[in-house]
This record gives sequence, structure tokens and C-alpha cells, in this order.
Amino acid sequence: MAIVWIPSTVRELTNGKAMLEADGNTVAEVIRNIDLACPGIRSALIDDNSLRAGIIIAVDGSIGSRQLLQPVRPDSEIHFIPAIFGG
Amino acid sequence: MKAGGKREDVLRVIGTTPIRPDGLDKVTGRAIFADDIHLPGMLHGKVLRSPHAHARIKSIDTRQAAALPGVHAVISAADFPEPAKPTSKSADISDLATNCMATTTALYDGHAVAAVAAENIHIAGQALGLIEVDYEVLDAVLDVRSAMADDAPVIHENLKPGFFFASTKKAHPNAGRLEYSDGDISKGFSCASVIVERTFTTQTVHQGYIEAHISTALWDADDRLSVWTSCQGHFDIRDQLAGILNIPMSHINVIPLEVGGAFGGKDSVYLDPLAALLSKKCGRPVKMAMSRNEVLRATGPSSGSSMRVRMGVDDSGKLVAADISFAFEAGAFPGGPVSAGILTATTRYNIPNYRLEGFDVILNKPKIRPYRAPGATQSHFAVETVLDELAEKLGMDPIELRIRNAMKTGDRLVLGYPCPVIGGVELLEAVRSHPHYRAPLDGQNQGRGVAYGFWYGGGGASSAELSVNADGTVQVCTGSCDMSGTRMTLAMQTAEALGIQVSEVQVTTGDTQSIGFTLPAWGSRTTFATGIACITVAEKVIAKMIERAAGIWETDNSNVRFDAGVFTNTNDKLQALTFKQLAAKLDSTGGLLSDQASVSPQGVGFQLAAYLVDVEVDTQTGKVSILRSTIFQDAGKAVHPDYVAGQMQGGVVQGLGWALNEAYIYRADGTLANTSFLDYRMPTALDQPMTETVILETPNPGHPYGVRGVGEVSIVNPPAAVANAIYNAVGIRMDSLPMSPTAVLEKLWEHQAAQL
Repeated sequence: MAIVWIPSTVRELTNGKAMLEADGNTVAEVIRNIDLACPGIRSALIDDNSLRAGIIIAVDGSIGSRQLLQPVRPDSEIHFIPAIFGG
Repeated sequence: MKAGGKREDVLRVIGTTPIRPDGLDKVTGRAIFADDIHLPGMLHGKVLRSPHAHARIKSIDTRQAAALPGVHAVISAADFPEPAKPTSKSADISDLATNCMATTTALYDGHAVAAVAAENIHIAGQALGLIEVDYEVLDAVLDVRSAMADDAPVIHENLKPGFFFASTKKAHPNAGRLEYSDGDISKGFSCASVIVERTFTTQTVHQGYIEAHISTALWDADDRLSVWTSCQGHFDIRDQLAGILNIPMSHINVIPLEVGGAFGGKDSVYLDPLAALLSKKCGRPVKMAMSRNEVLRATGPSSGSSMRVRMGVDDSGKLVAADISFAFEAGAFPGGPVSAGILTATTRYNIPNYRLEGFDVILNKPKIRPYRAPGATQSHFAVETVLDELAEKLGMDPIELRIRNAMKTGDRLVLGYPCPVIGGVELLEAVRSHPHYRAPLDGQNQGRGVAYGFWYGGGGASSAELSVNADGTVQVCTGSCDMSGTRMTLAMQTAEALGIQVSEVQVTTGDTQSIGFTLPAWGSRTTFATGIACITVAEKVIAKMIERAAGIWETDNSNVRFDAGVFTNTNDKLQALTFKQLAAKLDSTGGLLSDQASVSPQGVGFQLAAYLVDVEVDTQTGKVSILRSTIFQDAGKAVHPDYVAGQMQGGVVQGLGWALNEAYIYRADGTLANTSFLDYRMPTALDQPMTETVILETPNPGHPYGVRGVGEVSIVNPPAAVANAIYNAVGIRMDSLPMSPTAVLEKLWEHQAAQL
């Protein structure tokens, strides 16, 4: 199962857990499965089937442009990262 | 030529220093900037701005202004359409529109309330005086702690807490809050042998670009809009306009021009929608230009801040805990750089237990916009000053403390994922071994300070189109505005990939209807990301040219080798064509070639820098003089080392201005007092010695030639380094910016009083 690092800003939805494990072939599937155990996670991260503004996703340390469609391996690590821009 | 596979020792163009091709035109006035646009029938627009920091707009009467001979159009918020639904990447379009033109409330001194287009700027100015605005003046709030007080005036009745991450909380009617934490900070501090806690404040500062905001718009009879503007990302300007004006993106063409400085501050529309709506109303092109007064009052500076930092270190010099709380100004609308501030506060060190708290605070100042490594200069001022004090209390060399805690490749970032390849320890060792670090200080009240800094940098979407001419020259069109010589660094990467001379590559910036989507020139991304677009399209063209060579030699494509600009038949080494020779045969073998690439590279190399500075403090006047200045930065691979050095020096100059002089000064009624460069004190050449540059190169595996962005991180360290140098010189810990003569004198007097 993929390991999902939960941002501290939404850990109230995971009883304070910083990491969760879930199945899924894509980031979207993994989030859907986490939401079954921790309702509210999906809506915190996704709006209208797109990532909420200001969030980007790293899978195994690589930030891909496919966002929710990024493929996930069983041993992948997924991180949600605030988009930092400007300058 | 796969990503990361190009060996540095075979590079021919990357790492050289060709003469800048646009320099002569810029110094002789031939280069075309936004103010050089003159269209037939063009009118001139001016903006009426609020003289109040916070006021309800009870009514606006524009009838007299509209009736003035020579006036062709007058607009106010009533002329703005309902904004379009924002795209996923857009900022809040409604806030953006309201920032361009106040609706029911003027939220800061200089907030636009109406605009006029007239035959000339004199008539337009006269018309502004005929617009009657009835204000109800409200209490204004001008600093973050006051804005978060229980009895503070509420600026937005329905504040959305901001454009942050996942679930930023509304912590106060004027503030959103976010937090990152890990470990157990109580337990961490219990292991500390030394703990330092300090509070810091910084003031609002402006990027100080020389060229003001200027925009010319033509709304034609077919409802197509053309805009000539000074910006750092014309696609972003187009998308913002499409949202505010609620028209299709494809109906807008934004034409970029030379940029007279931006530093993050030209990523947002101000005049563009006003000029567009005025043009729509009168059917003629309308040009609008800000004065310096308007730039300082009404465009987006960087945040003033209030910061509390508590950090602990054990006997061995290992950082064990950090508890950090930053309150950053957002300006009149949510979305300041506090997120980046807290995420750069400690990222370059490994700290097992931390709590990073940020408040994004709304107040009656212009909407904050990015400024070179946004949020990081403030955060580094606080954290690097505390680190200096920790090192002192431990009796440890400040570089040694930083090396013992330095984040290395693979270490977990605050964000959880492993750190990509960085050379932080190598950079710090370079500081420690540099002659400047050990040179004696030989005067009274002289001191030395150091600080170590981090910035993420940006990747994302870039597009490039490449055409091969019959004479073997090449033209490349990209979607990146050139703010810092990037046409040259893109030409160099293209030439490297094609195996030709850089003088044979001409790079231009296409308008939004000529080239594919490209993110703005922000986050030090252009040489990195648009560079990869250029390399990618060059590789596509080379692949096509291999097919042509194979056709000429009647062999299989796989038998054609391309290396260093020469195509060779591996089955017959006598059959070889240079790029130029093959280009001459393209027309007769299927036609001349061109191709396009749109990429979204994400292998961003983090930026690291350290700054070493010697100062002398005049204890009679409080003036701090810079004696010696050395900046160290990891460029990954310096495409054009002179340009890299220029970026490093430019960042240092701006950082020193932030450290010593620059600040918005507001009157008690909330109006800005220093609205010119005479009063807003930026550094001049007389204030600073030449800054020595030391470029390190830890290749970024996310770029074919190892390139990292270099445009931002050099600004983050000077305030902290100067503060540490002042302490080293005269024993006072500076905790507020700017460290002006007045501020230094007050600290000196406090220090002297405490010693009595």
C-alpha cells in the first residue's frame, strides 16, 4: 500500500496521524480510499474533481504535472505540498 | 542528450560568457519598453485614487468629468462585469478585480476608485478633479498585531482565509492561520542545553523596479482585446484579464515588451483592465502609466511582519526544537507570502521537533505581491539571527553550527519528502575556507556576520518553438518574458543542444497568440524550465534532421550519429554533415524544419546561498557602513557565469536596502508618507562596496546541464548577516528592519543604559 503523508493542517481529520496507508493506482484513487477511513480528507484536498488551488502533489519526491492522475506504486510515498510561487 | 546525461566536461557553450545582445539597445534607448508604445488615435488614461486608507464609498459622480471637452470615457467599479469563474490555478479573480477598482470600500491609500481616458494626460488629470466621491472615512489598521487585536476594525466582513494549503483556518476576522508541525516540541526543548527566544519586526518594502507599470489596451470592433504591457508573465496577465473582464482567453492578445525590472511585483494586473474597459467604452486605444507615487501606494510590496522564534540546541550543537510563529501582512486582500515564510524558516537544517505557525493578516495597505524569494527574507532575518546567538552561547563557530545541522540530499524536508540533490555543506565549507572569513577586522566598531539561506525555486509549464533557417541559423520563440538576460541563457542552451554557435541562435518572446502557454518569469524558473523547453524542441529538430541525413545517405536512421553539431553516417565515416551543411539541404529534402515543445519540468533544484559581510557602526550617528561583502551561491551549473554573478550581486543590493534603509512610512491616518525614491531610500552605488561572488556548482539532476534557478536566494541573507555583524561590532542584537541609524542608535542607547 502507498504511504500518504498527511499535512498537519488537516490532521484533525486523521486523529492526528501523520501517515496513512492506502491502495490505489493513482493519487485520486488513493485519496478516495483514505476518505473512506477518514471522511473529509478528499474535500479538503479536492474540489470539483481537481486539486484545490495552492496544492501540488509529490509522488516519491517527484512533483508531476498530472496531479491527481499521477501513477502510484504499492510502495510509493505521496506528499501534498503547498504551491510556492512568485519572485 | 537525456536529462541529466550531459557531461559537464563536454559542454561547449554552457559556462561561457557571451556579450549580452540587448545591452546596447537598452543603454542607448533603442529597446522598446511599454512607454514606447504609440498607437494611432491613442488616448491617455489616468486613475483617481482614494486619499483615505479605509473609507466606505457612498457615491461616485462622474458626470462633470465625462462632460469635459477632450474626455472620451470615464469608468468606475460599476463598469466592471461579473468576473468569470476562476480556473483552478487562478488567484481569487473577484479580489483581483476589486484591487484594480474599489467597489463599496476603499481599502488602502491609493486604491483606484475611477479612471478617465482623454486626449492627453493633462485633460485626463483635470477630469479626475471633477469626479465627486463621497467617502465615509473608517478606522484604518496598519500593522499586523493591531489588525489581529480583538477590537480591530474588520476589513472584510466575509473574509475567506486565503489562498493557502488544504484547510487554512480563519483565526481572526482579519487573519487566516496555517501550521506545520512534527515531533514533540516540548520534549525537544527539554533536551536543549541552550534556548534562544526573540521577537522580530520588519516593515513593508517595495521591489523598487525602475520602470513603472504601463499598459496600452485596444478593444477592437470585433471584441478582441490587445494589450501591450510591462509584466513578468503575459499569459498570467491574459488569464487575469479574461477572468476580470469575463471574456475568452483566446480573444485577448497580451504583447510583452522589454521589462524595466519586476522582481516579483509585475505578476498582477493593475492598469490593464482599466485601460481595456476605457478602450471598450470609447473605441480607441488607451495608454495608462503610473507615476512613482502610484507605484508605491497602489502596487504590491512585500510584507511587513511580526515574528517570534524560539529555538533550542543541545550540547553537541544539534538543533533539537524550533517553535516559530510569523504574522505577515497580506495587504488589503488575503494571500501574502507567510506560507513560503514559514516553509523557508528552517528548511536547510534538520530539526526533529518543530511547530511552524503562520498568520496571513489583512490590513489597510496595498495587496502584497511577491518579491524575490517571497517571505524568505523576513523568515531568514529572524531565524539566522537566532542561530547566531545560539552559536555564540554555545561558544561555537557560527558556520560550524550550521554545518552540524545542515540538510543534506535525502534528508526529510519540513514538507515530508526527501530533499533533492543539494550541496549545502559544500557551500558552508566554501564560506569557512574563504579568505574573507578569516581576514582580520582592523578598526573600532567593526564586525563580521554570516547567514545561510534557502529558496525552493519554481518549475512548471514553458513552451518554445524552433525554426531552422537555410543558412544554418536558428530562431527560437518562447513564452518567457526576459527580465534578466534569459534570451541569452535560452540561446546558449539551444546552441549547446544543437551543436552550433550561440551567435547563430536568435531568441524572441512571443505574444500570447504566438506561442504556447508559459508560466511567468517567477521562482527563478526561466533558465531552468524554459531552458528545458528549448533543449526539448532542439532534440526534436535534431531527430528530424537525422531522418533527413539518413535519407540523403540512403541508410537507416539508426546509422546516423549526431554529436557536437555534426551528423555522421556510422557505416561510412566519410559521410558527415555539419548542422549548417545539413540545414542548407533541408529545403530540397522535404522542406525547412520547425517544431514546438511544451514542457512542465518538475525537477527543480533548490537554491542555497550564504552571505558574509563586514560592517562598521558609527556609534555617534548609528550609521552602518558595509566594508566588505561576499556572496556564495550554488548555481547547479552556471549557464552564463557573469549573469549568475549579476543576479547574486543584485539580490545582495536589494537585501542590504531591506536591511538598512527601506520601509514604507505611514502617517497616523494611514496615508503613505514616502511616495518617491527621494523618500523611499533604496541603496545607491555610494552605499555599498563591490560584492564578491563565489559560484558553486552542485548539478541539479532535474536539468540536462545541471541548472538551478539563481534569481532569488541571494536576497534572503543580507538582513540577518548585517544584524549579526552589528552584534559582532558593537554588541547589540538588532531585532527590527530596517536597521536605520535611528534604530541602531536607540539600541545602542538601550545597551549603554543596561550597562550602567
